[in-house]
Amino acid sequence: MSETIKFTIDGKECQGTKGQLLVDAAADNGVYIPVLCHMRDLIPAGSCRMCTVKVNGRNMAACTTPAEEGMAVENNTPEFLDIRKAIVEMLFVEGNHFCPACEKSGNCDLQALGYKYQMMVPRFPYAFERREIDATTPKIFLERNRCIFCKRCVRVIKDEEGRSIFAFKGRGTTLEINIDKKLAATMTDEMAQQAMDICPVGCILKKEIGFVTPIGQRKYDTMPIGSDIENNHQ
Amino acid sequence: MSKPIIATTSLAGCFGCHMAILDIDARILQLIDLVEFNKSPIDDIKTFTKECDIGIIEGGCCNSENIHVLKEFRKHCKILISLGECAIMGGLPALRNGIDVKECIEEAYLKGPTVGRNTERILPNDEELPMILDKVYPCHEIVKIDYYLPGCPPKADLIWAAVVALVTGDELNIPYELVKFD
Repeated sequence: MSETIKFTIDGKECQGTKGQLLVDAAADNGVYIPVLCHMRDLIPAGSCRMCTVKVNGRNMAACTTPAEEGMAVENNTPEFLDIRKAIVEMLFVEGNHFCPACEKSGNCDLQALGYKYQMMVPRFPYAFERREIDATTPKIFLERNRCIFCKRCVRVIKDEEGRSIFAFKGRGTTLEINIDKKLAATMTDEMAQQAMDICPVGCILKKEIGFVTPIGQRKYDTMPIGSDIENNHQ
Repeated sequence: MSKPIIATTSLAGCFGCHMAILDIDARILQLIDLVEFNKSPIDDIKTFTKECDIGIIEGGCCNSENIHVLKEFRKHCKILISLGECAIMGGLPALRNGIDVKECIEEAYLKGPTVGRNTERILPNDEELPMILDKVYPCHEIVKIDYYLPGCPPKADLIWAAVVALVTGDELNIPYELVKFD
């Protein structure tokens, strides 16, 4: 049987199993630690750093750090609220995030984190880089202007033989998300929908349908991101 | 005490944010009890005739005239507010950012599928026309902006709450639903 451990987040006593990722253990205790790249049961990428928390005095990514007995975690401190806001702002200026024209608006995790941390304007200058769109595959628009390099699609969307349909190409400033044209041609509607749903921004869009949910009824129109986790354990 | 004076303008915007100001509906009667308007499309005063307390800016800066107007606002207003996505981040006009101006102009006047007859290949180059900038700039990259109200357009309730709080000095509590980027 797995070993039960105790730890605290902002002073709140929490329980988890030894080795469980801190971000998941926190969620099980009703504590929301914001994520963009992380998904439960997926090998962690640790790429977005949204989940940065302080563990025993050190800054750690909660999605790559296993929960351990006696950990003292700082999560919702003014310091981390500002760090996370800064990360959201950096992601906003680095890509071209035109919320008013985006089909994912209202259902977008990045935007929802902007709301959560009350981003009114990024403190950094906008990069406005030109990125190419790939609309050559039958079911998917790849809107690279909005990619935040979370690698969710690469890790999740695979064909029957386990091959990733999405992949990164290049390094550093030339890094971009790509879609394998042959494998993409075999994608079902369900796979395309799943790819769009797991994308935390509006980079992966399913073709032929958009703006289905009216404004006011979308995922984050009235409920702040993370409130499902926080409300489950009140 | 005299009433606070508000000026507004639309730079590279669509006037949607000004429409959102009018969306306060009947509260506009309370507004005129609360403030006085100076240079603004709302009262059609074209030039500053007084020093103003609050300047509300819609739209980013896409040409030399936008820069001129924005700097005038900074000079004549104590507080500047960026109203809406275009003022804050360039908005839809900024979709051209990252693309060469020459390429944009040629697409618009020569090559684009909606270009009609332009057999003389005329590109707008009259000295009366403001010069187009290399890209669309958010207002705060040109002058200091004091406050930001996001939205496309910002919700009337948000504009109302913010202006009233600013004028009365009351604390501003904005519900989650009011601040949206779209």
